[in-house]
Amino acid sequence: MALDNFNGLNEIQLDVLKEIGNIGSGNAASSLSEMLGRPINIMVPKIRILDYQEVSTNLGGPETLMVGLMISIHGDIEGMMMFLLQKDFAHMTLNALLGGALNDFSEAGEMELSAMQEIGNIMAASYINAMASLTNLKIDITVPDICIDMVGAILSVPAIHYADISDKIIFIEDQLNTMDETTSTHVLMIPDEASLKKIMNSLGIDM
Amino acid sequence: MSQIVVGISDLNIAKNPDILVTYALGSCVGICLYDPITKIAGLSHIMLPNSNQISGSAGQSYKFADTAIVLLLKKMEMAGAQRVRLKAKIAGGAQMFTGMSNSSLANIGQRNVMAVKAELARLKIPILVEDVGKNYGRTLYLDSSDGSMRIKSANRGEWVW
Repeated sequence: MALDNFNGLNEIQLDVLKEIGNIGSGNAASSLSEMLGRPINIMVPKIRILDYQEVSTNLGGPETLMVGLMISIHGDIEGMMMFLLQKDFAHMTLNALLGGALNDFSEAGEMELSAMQEIGNIMAASYINAMASLTNLKIDITVPDICIDMVGAILSVPAIHYADISDKIIFIEDQLNTMDETTSTHVLMIPDEASLKKIMNSLGIDM
Repeated sequence: MSQIVVGISDLNIAKNPDILVTYALGSCVGICLYDPITKIAGLSHIMLPNSNQISGSAGQSYKFADTAIVLLLKKMEMAGAQRVRLKAKIAGGAQMFTGMSNSSLANIGQRNVMAVKAELARLKIPILVEDVGKNYGRTLYLDSSDGSMRIKSANRGEWVW
């Protein structure tokens, strides 16, 4: 199968990715809840295949301010994972974690940034563990790199890096409920073609 | 006056008094060309330095510095601009993730800027302003009434060149 873009995936293959997304999101919610010391419920994640411009549009336009956490994936598969956290999610988690009352990103200092990285680390590990245990592949991740800026500018990094593979990415939207707040996070998964094939094959699916 | 949006890997021209805009340049580079006599402005938003680094790049000429700028120039000349009068202003090419360990990914912004400058030199178009590098995203507005380039950032306000 020529994977010019992820639109070439069939129903079964998409379902596999959705299942990885489901389990990953569930794991991420329980790790987060443990870290923040409060219950966090997660809705069934929405998983879509979108191009970069559509991702920006879905997140409120290219100039929307977001926290981007970028994680490289190594080992049996290669690729990149990126978490895009909305302002209110970042504020909620930081305030729960550090006990502060941060209302504005521009106030974020060293401690807030490293706390955000830690949150990214835990969430990324949750997704990767889901994928690794489903597929029996050995997968390592790097410490997340952080950037707080316009979402379009953040997305230019994976868009450029994967320009020769695809204009499309796997986009997972998680809606989280914690006590009185509802917020969402977005995960972008960008495996390279060979890795996507390995994931499918390890689950006994042809590709 | 209307606003003409230039997307990623896209280019367009405008005539006085319209404004060209491209949103949230990260490691990509925005190239503004302007002819002050005819007041024809052109804007290109490139993602990558060279078309020959990517296989199957046919039909994606607007994506690369080495193929997009010359097409923008042609489009402006067709509209009546004169190459000898054109001046350039460029912006973008940031390194969004500064802790990045992957070096080919880390300096892509810089490589984009270098490719843009090389191409403008080849076309003999002087560069008046370079608002490039650093670690933040930029939205770029090019005003065809006077050729001014306005940059807007998320955390640092906005300014005009």
